[in-house]
Amino acid sequence: MGDHSSPEQLKKDIRVYLAIFVALLVGTVLTVWLYYIHIPNVKVTIAIALLVASVKSFLVAGYFMHLLSEKKVIYATLAATAFFFVALMGLTLWAMNDFPKLTSVFGNQ
Amino acid sequence: MEIPYTVTPRKDTGLYNAKVGIWLFLASEVMLFGALFSSYVLLRVGASFWPEGLLNIPIGTFNTWVLITSSVTVVMCWANLKLGNFNKARVYLGLTILCALGFVGIKTVEYNDKFTHYTIRFTNDVTAAAFLKEAYGNDDEATRSGVFANTYGVPDSKVVAKNKELPPPRFLEITGHLEGNPHFVTLKKLKAKNAETITFIPDALNQGKKEKGAAPDAAHDHKKVTVKMSELVYLSAYTPQRNTYFAIYFTLTGLHAAHVIGGALVMTYLFFTGRRWWQKAPEQYTNRIEVAGLFWHFVDLVWIFLFPVLYLL
Repeated sequence: MGDHSSPEQLKKDIRVYLAIFVALLVGTVLTVWLYYIHIPNVKVTIAIALLVASVKSFLVAGYFMHLLSEKKVIYATLAATAFFFVALMGLTLWAMNDFPKLTSVFGNQ
Repeated sequence: MEIPYTVTPRKDTGLYNAKVGIWLFLASEVMLFGALFSSYVLLRVGASFWPEGLLNIPIGTFNTWVLITSSVTVVMCWANLKLGNFNKARVYLGLTILCALGFVGIKTVEYNDKFTHYTIRFTNDVTAAAFLKEAYGNDDEATRSGVFANTYGVPDSKVVAKNKELPPPRFLEITGHLEGNPHFVTLKKLKAKNAETITFIPDALNQGKKEKGAAPDAAHDHKKVTVKMSELVYLSAYTPQRNTYFAIYFTLTGLHAAHVIGGALVMTYLFFTGRRWWQKAPEQYTNRIEVAGLFWHFVDLVWIFLFPVLYLL
């Protein structure tokens, strides 16, 4: 990635962008395909779907948004964001245990 | 007064100001969408039933591709500006705007499908059975399990309170369209118009079923059935108030679509003023494109999570 200043580097970057474009399209197909083959285990399904989405977002953030070669001040900002985001999701997961065991009016549906 | 650091980096940050600004903004956006994702998780785990298969997956997949393509074209626009190819960059920017409009257009079609798609419930199982016989020819277990949303299940308390004889063994819900495909019809509106009957076109059996071997019944001829208003306790389009799923679906996708529209407006402005900027201050224009691009990639990033969460899981 470098500092994006030299034309040679930029031309290399463009090839990387196109490769990532293909990877993102394939990633989308993979996610949809996983839906159609219907994995019985819900937890595994969710884990795989989020994993594929995370890889795709890493490619977008890392390369298209140049986060792999960014200045410290941006990393510091995002580190704070990541901290609060993780805290928010942590609280969410914690709160999930507070739901009473749900029973349906009409039995098992 | 000239705005400082539009091109030259500030000494302390090492960046031009707009870049620090957009990242701070995106950080706040992460928390905004994060809060809504958190709401989604809690609503979903707290729900006794969560509908599946209500969205059109091929259309959603295609729209995901459209957005991904626009993310690539905007970064290509920026790279070409860096290389000094203004005309090529302009083409890429134009393509990005077209993709944005395409995405919003497809989303509008999807929304429109939901706003004209209805669910009805009957006062009791006898009227429901009569409806099934008229619409599908019989009222056996296969028909009942093939009706799209028959296991929606838990009746809302208001309906139970109003109708003491309820609940029937299972709340039979039938989905379909009203004649003429009107938007946002409710029982209240129909009653205000003193309507005595509605003409309902029920969906084919097994529509949207995820299980293999349950293909939509193409033979069903979408027969029109006249239903008396007095036989209905519930009628609703697939609107946010339909259920929790649609509430969070429209909140998340609506906010996302607002971001797409906002980004498209900014890029349209940069498209039409581009040549003037490029002649006057090419580096500043390139930076503007970079900042708009960063926002645009973020919008793409949000959709990368929204698509599997709302359409597939």
